[in-house]
Amino acid sequence: MVPRELKYSESHEWVKQEGAMVIIGITDYAQEELGDVVFVELPKVSRQLKQQESFGVAESVKAVSDLFSPVTGKVMAINETLAQQPELVNKEPYAGGWMIKVELSDNGEIANLMSAEEYEKFIQEGPK
Amino acid sequence: MEKVIFEYHSQPAAYVPVTKLAVANKYIPAEFLGSVELDLPQASEQDVIRHFTALSKLNFSVDSGFYPLGSCTMKYNPKVNEAVADFDGLAGAHPYAPEESVQGALELLYELEIFLKEVSGFQGLTLQPAAGAHGESTGILLIKAYHRHKQPAQKRTIILVPDTAHGTNPATAALAGYQVRQVQSDNQGNIDLAELKKNLNANVAALMLTNPNTLGLFERNILAVSRLVHENGALLYGDGANFNALLGLVKPAELGFDVMHFNLHKTFSAPHGGGGPGAGAVGCSKELTPFLPVPRVRKNREIFTLDYQPKNSIGKIRSFYGNFLTAVRAYAYFLALGAEGIAKVGRQAILNANYLRQRLEKIYHVPYSRTCMHEFVLTPQPDWAVNTLDIAKRIIDYGFHPPTIYFPLIVHEAMMIEPTETETKETMDTFAAALVKIAQEAAQKPEILKRAPQTSPVGRIDEAQANRQLILKYEKRVSG
Repeated sequence: MVPRELKYSESHEWVKQEGAMVIIGITDYAQEELGDVVFVELPKVSRQLKQQESFGVAESVKAVSDLFSPVTGKVMAINETLAQQPELVNKEPYAGGWMIKVELSDNGEIANLMSAEEYEKFIQEGPK
Repeated sequence: MEKVIFEYHSQPAAYVPVTKLAVANKYIPAEFLGSVELDLPQASEQDVIRHFTALSKLNFSVDSGFYPLGSCTMKYNPKVNEAVADFDGLAGAHPYAPEESVQGALELLYELEIFLKEVSGFQGLTLQPAAGAHGESTGILLIKAYHRHKQPAQKRTIILVPDTAHGTNPATAALAGYQVRQVQSDNQGNIDLAELKKNLNANVAALMLTNPNTLGLFERNILAVSRLVHENGALLYGDGANFNALLGLVKPAELGFDVMHFNLHKTFSAPHGGGGPGAGAVGCSKELTPFLPVPRVRKNREIFTLDYQPKNSIGKIRSFYGNFLTAVRAYAYFLALGAEGIAKVGRQAILNANYLRQRLEKIYHVPYSRTCMHEFVLTPQPDWAVNTLDIAKRIIDYGFHPPTIYFPLIVHEAMMIEPTETETKETMDTFAAALVKIAQEAAQKPEILKRAPQTSPVGRIDEAQANRQLILKYEKRVSG
């Protein structure tokens, strides 16, 4: 399941652009690989993130994984619901499982992310 | 399932002698005595005995069966260690006892330091850290102190960690205030030299390396790695969790490691049981020795003393003298095995692991098919409708502890098996036969694995639920 309208990073985050703001989460493939997510650690609102900087941690029964920001910008909101219901990352990775909203510093970064078709090809080539 | 002790409400049975409480409350002034009856468990002596015996039977330990938990070195803990740790002069030594009254205990610490230096080639050593990760933390603090002392102006803020590292490595580096950078492995499972070169710069303080790594593979380029790191002015930290493979064969200091922690509870046969206590002794080069934590044990004309004075020391990292009785067990192990025995440990651990790997590598998938060191990694065959968790759970039904699973992270569905040198060929044959059987089940009747375990005190646990809804203490149900 790779929604057409989103952009993707090599570390399996998705990005949805809404004007100057982007919403970030992890892909269905990523949640499947992680297994049941039991804890999500998110950054403080207003934190400045660089592209590829770690913005948090997702812990599953199998592993603890860093979450990487696909873009540079300022954290404007975090999904507080995940503190109580981390399983939303598994159940609705592209909806209720969203993680952070970031105000973009550099619009050009989005263009360098993968399209849905490119990401599909990327995950078919094997686990990374 | 056995109930908790708070749920017992038994009175002493007939004709069981009752031991009276040794401490009378006449010593406690009346104003300090509580007026409310405490809600303590009420259980007769035989109920207490039966309760804890029942609990002990729920446990699985290296004394009850084969325990091939990769990277944990679950070797047999010789009972001579326990006998020695129980000696009055050692078990009864008070931490505030004057030095002249605990000369034997200090001599033991002093000699254990010598033994560990001998097998590792290091010049300085501390027995203070209370566990492996604590040893890592101590080692990284030594590195920090060294750089600060040598080049106060230069800010070395980065620690490099390979993608096969134990999770404690990046955690330790981060806790010590460093930024962590990951270095990718090559297709042989070793550190990629080109990647390493790319990541080395004037801001790098150290590379943390496990050799053999968590794939059970010897770092073939170790000499090139240590040369590159040192040419950059950085230091090489050794994670000694896998030191068992090298014992008697290679001295880490000679490979270029500047500092390394030992897990006395892995390599030197002290028990891991119940979460510890472990011991994470740290060995280091001459250059790092001045920074070792205090107290240091000194010997001066046959008199042993504790030295709190070294001015460049990173200070105290643990109360008193570390986990002393864990050090006693490691010391007993050294003496009981002797130099000749110790020299054969690594060799046998490697032989055992390769024997088991050879028996299983046609049946399971082996992602890095090379002669391994003390452990190796398997994965399920791609056409089986089961995952690694299912196989691990099924192994319980065959009477063994499952191996380490889903680690190292660079192998998809990893199962990491470490038999150690203390297992016989017969035990390994029985284990291999069970794994062959499980492979047949996985191919033909995967539902058996999905339902496993069937023979354990509890069946398949919902691990996600157990992590999401923690119940950490007993809460009494109030009736009515």
